[in-house]
Amino acid sequence: MKIELNGRTREGVESVADAVREELGRADPAGLGRGTAVAVNGEVVPRSEWDRTLADGDAVEVLTATQGG
Amino acid sequence: MEKLRIADKTFGSRLILGTGGAANLSHLTDAITESGTELVTVALRRVDPAAPGSLIEVIERCGVDVLPNTAGCFTAEQAVRTARLAREAFGTDWVKLEVIGDEDSLLPDPVELLEAAETLVGEGFTVLPYTNDDPILARRLEEAGCAAVMPLAAPIGTGLGVRNPHNLALICEQANVPVICDAGIGTASDAAQAMELGCAAVLLATAVTRAADPALMAVAMRDAVSAGRAARLAGRIPMRHLARASTAFEGMPTL
Repeated sequence: MKIELNGRTREGVESVADAVREELGRADPAGLGRGTAVAVNGEVVPRSEWDRTLADGDAVEVLTATQGG
Repeated sequence: MEKLRIADKTFGSRLILGTGGAANLSHLTDAITESGTELVTVALRRVDPAAPGSLIEVIERCGVDVLPNTAGCFTAEQAVRTARLAREAFGTDWVKLEVIGDEDSLLPDPVELLEAAETLVGEGFTVLPYTNDDPILARRLEEAGCAAVMPLAAPIGTGLGVRNPHNLALICEQANVPVICDAGIGTASDAAQAMELGCAAVLLATAVTRAADPALMAVAMRDAVSAGRAARLAGRIPMRHLARASTAFEGMPTL
């Protein structure tokens, strides 16, 4: 199964939670995911649904707080 | 001085600080602290594994509220989706709504902006739109249910100061929600001028974060916003064509 994770094609990412771990990894060793949000195919996936399984071709965006005016 | 009230929150400070442009989180922490702000803007972007430190931790340590923005969005749909993600990420329904028309001017696209504002208000967001210095658009945004209107002084990051003071004054006169001057401030006198024209608050980032000494400029902006507000409330003297002596001529000796 292939998905797009933050613009890169990836294999072996089964769930939203996997995607968050993959992306945050070093930046969030405690795995709190504070200031983080996930969209799958443009729609928000609430934190309570991060155990959701991904489907082939899903476009996943894992976003986090960044400096901005 | 009386507190600033926006929607259901009150703030002692009338300066809102954008976090964009700071060289590092240490400079940003100093700027937030020295500015006395109680509300800072943040953006949402893809995770950068190389980014040192946590912006969220800095904000929590400073004890200020977060105002997520939709910077970089060109369409209402993009901005609405970004706002929904920000609500999930930061646990707030407040959003600085930014829908721009092109990359060179970064000016708001009024049509997309109004559409996004209407949608987000309908979804229960507290919407603070970054808008042109256009009194009619400001009124339309207020009618759409925005909690404030945020007209620009000048395009983002230009530091050109208040380009159209007359329009800014008109917006302030007619608005029934707080008017927050957002973008284009270059130095302290610009912030003071915006407040003297009747703005309820000033939102700025670059003027502080890209100053040679951000912490010192944060102090200057804090004082300028405060001084401008006081001057507005105090009621300035009318301008005159000819001089008017402040020392009486009566009692002048013959010398």
